Amino acid sequence: MSESRYFIGIDLGTTHCALAFIDSQEGDGDDIVDATLPIPQLSAPGEVSDRPLLPSFLYLPHPEEFRPVDLTLPWPSDPSRITGELARAQGSTTPIRLVSSAKSWLCHPDLDRRAAFLPEGAPDEVTKISPFAASVQYLSHLREAWNVQNPQDLLEAQEVTVTVPASFDPAARELTAEAARAIGIANLVLLEEPQAALYSWVNDSHGDWRTQARVGDIILVVDVGGGTTDLSLIAVTEEEGALELTRIAVGDHILLGGDNMDLTLAHLVRAKLKGDGVELDRWQFQALTYGCRQAKETLLGDPDLNSVPIVVPSRGSRLIGGSIRTDLTQEEVTRTLVEGFFPEVAADARPVFRARSALTQVSLPYAQDPAVTRHLAAFLARQAGATEDLNGFTQPSPGASFLHPTAILFNGGVFKPVVLQDRVMGIINAWLAAEQAPPARCLDARDLDLAVARGAAFYAHARRHGGVRIRGGTSHAYYVGIEAAAPAIPGLDPELHALCVVHLGMEEGSAPVSPPQEFGLVVGELVRFRFFSSNVRRDDQVGELLTDWPADELTELDEIQTELPAEGRKRGEIVPVRLEAQVTEVGTLELTAIPIAGGSERWRVAFNTRGTGAG
Amino acid sequence: MPDPQSSAAQRLGNAARLFLTWLIAAAKWAGRMLRRLGIALMVFGRALYDPEFGLAFNRGFSRGSEALARQAQPPAAAPSATPIPAPLQEPVRPLLPAATLDKAPPDSALLLLGLFQKEARLVDFLQQDVGDYSDQQVGAAARVVHQGLRRVLDDHLTIAPVRTEPEGGRVTLPAGFDPAEVRITGQLVGEPPFRGTLIHAGWRATDLRLPKVVSGRDLSILAAAEVEL
Repeated sequence: MSESRYFIGIDLGTTHCALAFIDSQEGDGDDIVDATLPIPQLSAPGEVSDRPLLPSFLYLPHPEEFRPVDLTLPWPSDPSRITGELARAQGSTTPIRLVSSAKSWLCHPDLDRRAAFLPEGAPDEVTKISPFAASVQYLSHLREAWNVQNPQDLLEAQEVTVTVPASFDPAARELTAEAARAIGIANLVLLEEPQAALYSWVNDSHGDWRTQARVGDIILVVDVGGGTTDLSLIAVTEEEGALELTRIAVGDHILLGGDNMDLTLAHLVRAKLKGDGVELDRWQFQALTYGCRQAKETLLGDPDLNSVPIVVPSRGSRLIGGSIRTDLTQEEVTRTLVEGFFPEVAADARPVFRARSALTQVSLPYAQDPAVTRHLAAFLARQAGATEDLNGFTQPSPGASFLHPTAILFNGGVFKPVVLQDRVMGIINAWLAAEQAPPARCLDARDLDLAVARGAAFYAHARRHGGVRIRGGTSHAYYVGIEAAAPAIPGLDPELHALCVVHLGMEEGSAPVSPPQEFGLVVGELVRFRFFSSNVRRDDQVGELLTDWPADELTELDEIQTELPAEGRKRGEIVPVRLEAQVTEVGTLELTAIPIAGGSERWRVAFNTRGTGAG
Repeated sequence: MPDPQSSAAQRLGNAARLFLTWLIAAAKWAGRMLRRLGIALMVFGRALYDPEFGLAFNRGFSRGSEALARQAQPPAAAPSATPIPAPLQEPVRPLLPAATLDKAPPDSALLLLGLFQKEARLVDFLQQDVGDYSDQQVGAAARVVHQGLRRVLDDHLTIAPVRTEPEGGRVTLPAGFDPAEVRITGQLVGEPPFRGTLIHAGWRATDLRLPKVVSGRDLSILAAAEVEL
């Protein structure tokens, strides 16, 4: 195969997608030029505009809603699905036809992610689609946008990096990779978003990062996007005189982002208006949310400002006299947003969980505690021992109750107002000061919206041409649940043991590992295993059998399953197998069942992305 | 019967007026002649070294001469800016070639107006009678218009000042400055370089990124009517 000309990075975000690229015919050494693709999309019926971001929204129009010609794009397209700006705008007035946050649904453990159930709660006549299909839709829009501008170098033939949240589980990663393959991408790798942000910082420094980062540094990446908060720790080590980066820990999947913050402010202002006897309809509330976002950025950008007026335009043509004027004050922003989402808490603060009511409708598992700083405190405390096995790192001082970061990189649109970066810096530095540790530095992030896509393109480039790489391997260790053989006792579940099948930090493309334990698979029957992960158990080796573990160290994931075809075997016969695990070059986890008796047969052990309820 | 004496005086006066008129006309003609000479030399010179200009002039000239021919035939139908004195036959003046006005596509104007309505509610704002409302109400609506128009400018245009010097400061315009970029006013005499005060720094759209429109889209619909079901 001839070498591709472009290295492409795709940020498949919860609220926005972006595509960045590097032309191998330009730039050299530390001077690698990346660019972002303008993405043509419908901005109004019959109008196509180029935008740097593609809003991750999908609108399923009524057949009578638009003239089909008004939904045409610069490439052949399906008029029953609208993606991007127009989708978002239409959805604000007709939400029953809008698909949003498909990415968050993609890692929902209780649902079949290939089942067409979005938009959630839409009437029956709306043809629904699955979270997986929505992801394919966004990717194929980006593919067409690229191909129409680069007909000589089709996207499918380039080297492509697609980013995923660091907290994505193996099943969600697999689904993302599958979506990318569904649009024809052959040379694919997955990259964790906080790593991509760090790559972007490295590239923007044009080689200067080597003087800005020191051996022994622990970089905390705080990535708060529109819908999710993603945390990672990356250590700076040295190997043969050259600086190396190692990702040592990732946080849990936290559904908490900038949209929550804007919504909170909008609810506050709505309550204020209600007090004055003014009721807002859904459309006006959307307009208010938009107004709050702008007012918030103005207020956070200028602490001397007392308040910023917000006008909700009338919906009818009577603009003067029909519009509602209100304002957002500095005090309100400080109280609800800064104190609500970034409260000054101690290092031992933990997110608050309240028990969900039993009769809860299946919905997205939004974070219950909105305080980003409490999630941060919990993450750093949980990872206090993350550097223990790393060369060149001194053991954390005995009194350290959390891992002490030495540098912080912010990412995501939420941090555009610098005061919020300063706020988080201040809080973390107070934690550090309380344990007599030096304050952390703030790394200069240049492009909070596009850094992930740009860093992903840089990573694709670095993979081929060499250059700095972040090592780290799998962010979790993985375990298969095994029922202990014991006499059955009525009313008591059999004891569960956990067999480690993948150790934490297993590198992409490394040799497959296999625990020595044997399993019996029944021919012709679907065999299921319970599946667990841990992002703290660093010492467990493949083959280790845990009989007992602290409850918060292992998290149960979707079960995994396999089925032995009955060909050439007797149905019901039991075949002894071993499980083999490999992290592919792409970055997905692959589990295989291998017969002990030998032979070339292999059976794939698949993630059950069909949900636990559906079966 | 006319008085011979007075009629003689009248005749003299008439002759004097006639002479004066002629004199003024001759002076005007000489002035025009000189200016035209300048234009002729300029056109000749430029046509000589700039082949495109020569061709453009040629195209313009053939159109210009047709216009002249039409003007000559029905004199009443061609209103002339300066009345021609009777005794003098005004010489045929070489004219500047007719402007080749680029046809401004009405579509893009409608498209921009549609954007102004969508983002800034401009048409709604202008179609209402401001007089019926308080300044506070007008002010509130003006915020919507201002924020929205600003968004359209940010999204679809790149705008930069023509001159980077501070307004109110002194600027020098060298010979050969572009009169389309800088409008000179006031004591307009002498030759460049001109020195003066920058009153307005000007604006230049350095980039225009209007949405592309599918063919067949009716742009005369500036805002669709909205019906909620």
